[in-house]
Amino acid sequence: MVTGRIHSFQSLGTADGPGVRAVVFMQGCPLRCACCHNPDTWNFKGGTEVTVEEIFSKIKRLKNYFGEDGGVTASGGEPLMQPDFVLELFKLCKANGISTAIDTSGSVLNDKIKEVLKLTDTVLLDYKYVTDELYKSKVGTEKSKVDEFLSYLNSQNIKTWIRQVIIKDLNNNENSVKTLKELKEKYQCIERIELLPFRKLCIEKYEKLGIPFPLAETPETSKKEIEELEKYL
Amino acid sequence: MNFEQWNGFVDGEWRHIIDVRDFIQRNYTPYHGDDAFLSGATERTKNLTKKFYDLCEEEKKNGGVLDIDTENVSSLCSYAPGYLDKENELIVGVQTDAPLKRGVHPFGGIRMARDACKAYGYELSQKVEDYFKYRTTHNDGVFRIYTDEMRAARHCALLTGLPDAYGRGRIIGDYRRVALYGIDALIEKKKEDKRLLGLENATAESMNLLEELYKQIEFLGLLKEMGKMYGFDISRPASNAKEAIQWTYFGYLAANKEQNGAAMSFGRTSTFFDIYIERDIKAGILTEEEAQELIDDLVLKLRMCRHLRTPEYNELFGGDPMWITESVGGMGEDNRTLVTKTSFRMLNTLRTLGPAPEPNLTVLWSYRLPDGFKKFCAKLSIETDAIQYENDDLMRNDYGDDYAIACCVSAMKIGKQMQFFGARTNLAKLLLLTLNGGVDNVFGTKVGPQMEVMNDEVLDYDKVMERFRVYLSWLCRLYVNTMNTIHFMHDKYAYERTQLALHNTDVERLMAFGIAGLSVIADSLSAIKYAKVSPIIDEETGLIVDFKVEGDFPKFGNDDDRVDLISQNLIRDTITELRKTPTYRNAIHTLSVLTITSNVVYGKKTGATPDGRKKGEPFAPGANPMHNREVNGALASLNSVAKLSYCDARDGISNTFSIVPEALGNSIDDRAENLVSILNGYFLNNAHHINVNVLNRETLLKAYEHPEDYPNLTIRVSGYAVNFCKLSREQQKEVIMRTFHEAV
Repeated sequence: MVTGRIHSFQSLGTADGPGVRAVVFMQGCPLRCACCHNPDTWNFKGGTEVTVEEIFSKIKRLKNYFGEDGGVTASGGEPLMQPDFVLELFKLCKANGISTAIDTSGSVLNDKIKEVLKLTDTVLLDYKYVTDELYKSKVGTEKSKVDEFLSYLNSQNIKTWIRQVIIKDLNNNENSVKTLKELKEKYQCIERIELLPFRKLCIEKYEKLGIPFPLAETPETSKKEIEELEKYL
Repeated sequence: MNFEQWNGFVDGEWRHIIDVRDFIQRNYTPYHGDDAFLSGATERTKNLTKKFYDLCEEEKKNGGVLDIDTENVSSLCSYAPGYLDKENELIVGVQTDAPLKRGVHPFGGIRMARDACKAYGYELSQKVEDYFKYRTTHNDGVFRIYTDEMRAARHCALLTGLPDAYGRGRIIGDYRRVALYGIDALIEKKKEDKRLLGLENATAESMNLLEELYKQIEFLGLLKEMGKMYGFDISRPASNAKEAIQWTYFGYLAANKEQNGAAMSFGRTSTFFDIYIERDIKAGILTEEEAQELIDDLVLKLRMCRHLRTPEYNELFGGDPMWITESVGGMGEDNRTLVTKTSFRMLNTLRTLGPAPEPNLTVLWSYRLPDGFKKFCAKLSIETDAIQYENDDLMRNDYGDDYAIACCVSAMKIGKQMQFFGARTNLAKLLLLTLNGGVDNVFGTKVGPQMEVMNDEVLDYDKVMERFRVYLSWLCRLYVNTMNTIHFMHDKYAYERTQLALHNTDVERLMAFGIAGLSVIADSLSAIKYAKVSPIIDEETGLIVDFKVEGDFPKFGNDDDRVDLISQNLIRDTITELRKTPTYRNAIHTLSVLTITSNVVYGKKTGATPDGRKKGEPFAPGANPMHNREVNGALASLNSVAKLSYCDARDGISNTFSIVPEALGNSIDDRAENLVSILNGYFLNNAHHINVNVLNRETLLKAYEHPEDYPNLTIRVSGYAVNFCKLSREQQKEVIMRTFHEAV
């Protein structure tokens, strides 16, 4: 029996992929993004250990809600750090006619992950910044890794949604958004680009964990700012 | 039968016997499109609506009641005609001689009528008082024969809200019959039924029915008279859409003039009206705008209905709801949808007249409903929070395709079935009574089998359940007998002559029992089973007054079978026990899991429970999980409720669902589509009912602080909608405390 560590299970998600979705938040993430709103999912030793069957039995009962578009999203944390678990989960989903999505940073790619991606209907790729400097300073990885991931998705023709959290002074500018648009023109697999407002609801979580929140001083991004930037898409 | 008013209608059985369903099936036009064809409110409608809202404002200023006619006993012809705006109204008729003026109905109980007058600064006239000195009311009758045990169970609120002092309601006359056949044909049919019954042996049962038929015929005559007073000859069938709506409304109005029933539901009229509207539109004598105006005017009349009730009653139910439920949509037995353009027009009144709690718009949902209709409903739900949904695919099995909802969740075949309304018993309290060996720890009442207090160090699940079954069995027998008493007397002293005249003579009766506190008792039993629960004894009384709970336990609302099964079994055990005691007039036992807004009052009267709920804290409404115990999100919560079996609770299982707009998606369009998916899934999982509120807690908090800024904030509570500002402060607080499913 394959087991994995999860942070939590949410039966209703409408913000993580198409339609009505169940969301499995996997525990553990190698990155330390400045804007991360789930610092409680970082620690690989945290969360709860569950079997694939346990989680799937919950998901199966929600099948009737998913309709034509909905399904399951593996989020996190970084779900692809537990590829065995996600692979087994997606196998069960596919066998039961449930569509699958992964919410990932796209910073790791290996053979196991490629197997997972074969069973993935939609990838929500958190394309955090358009420059390598920002990736290095604000994420802790190289942008080229994410580009490599994206071009793999494109080669496999896997439906991809690019998502980016818009943060003041980092990426809330025309050029950054235009670069995303160019990305969409370059890669056929990209179906949609979502600009998400930076929010600070997570501040309590940071305080609880005793971790300083790097963007504590940055203001939240308004809906209006997002709408302005969406014009460049 | 043959009438010129039927020209253009497809022939069928309905011409020979009273059969509105057959008429509908042969003549209606299903509609598969979207809402693009709809018209908005006309100037006329806007003016009329404003007049109505001005009156409501005056009513509010006057302490909740605009005026009372204390001189007359309300009946079909006891008032001169009244109007909101005689020149501009398309559909006419109010309950007394002026809009919003309330009449008195002392047949249910004179005390209720007297107290209600007094509470609003009026005095019941000596004329009415004198008359009722020599009349027995329903309330008198019941208390003449209530046993000590019934009184005790009632006193300590183990049995609550019983219709023993007011009109029982939850009866839906088939008001459409007035329009389709006209009164004369209905009278002829009843006379024939009476003649045939007279050929049988004169037994107590047949003589009783003969007298009821006599009363029904008498009141059909009065109904005709009432129509005449307003200038209409309703002895004959309606000849066009306007008349069809007017005739039908007269039937309903007459019922309201005769009865102050707890729930006075309207039925399922939209698709019936659509047949007349389509015929008129085809004939070129009605436009879309005019069709919407007719429906708007009808709905405005329904919103003007008022009954006189005591402030305590209003406090219990939040404002003065009448549960004027109109059931819309659904599928036919032949797989054609029953959605018509008038289904849209009916729901569209939430836009043309603005959102309001009445009529209680109830969509009969099937996943096979046309997409355009589903999406329209979802959009309106998101906009107005004024719609409830019930599972047509479940109910059609039991009730066919011409049923309607009475009150909140009670299905019945229109004109063929009626209900004996039975309020509810408090199961959480029963558990405490069990543990305390037949003494209620709030009121000190001794009731039920007398045993030792279960003062074990740690409660043992099997032992508790064994004893609980003894108490449940005792209670169910008492409950049935109490209901038999109430309905025997209601038939005797406050028989619904108009409404039953609009039913088949051989009506089938349902006796609707109810339970409150399901999630409280389920979580309590789960705590006893899976955690460690130690009773805390009050030294003075020797009774258990609280519990120490150690460890965690599964809670209802998380799609966890360990506790969900406990809930399921509680319902099954209750209905099984109820069925063991025969009912008055061989009614079919049914059961609901519904509290209306009385979950607050039930909580107030119930001691601390083993689930950690403190003494006096509100219950969750209906079949809802207890507030904020759901940790797996909205769908898991819905799934727990969906597991409760409708076969065991055929009178309905109510769930009130609040979700913040963002949790349904980003755009308006996404939200509507996702809500459709959620409703599809919930009902495919065999759930029965859901109230949908799409709003933020902050909105409610603002309305709580500044009610004047939110005069029309409508929210669904438990099987019906209320004006948030009309709820008591406690009820408002409770609604604010409820789980709001949030975006993740």
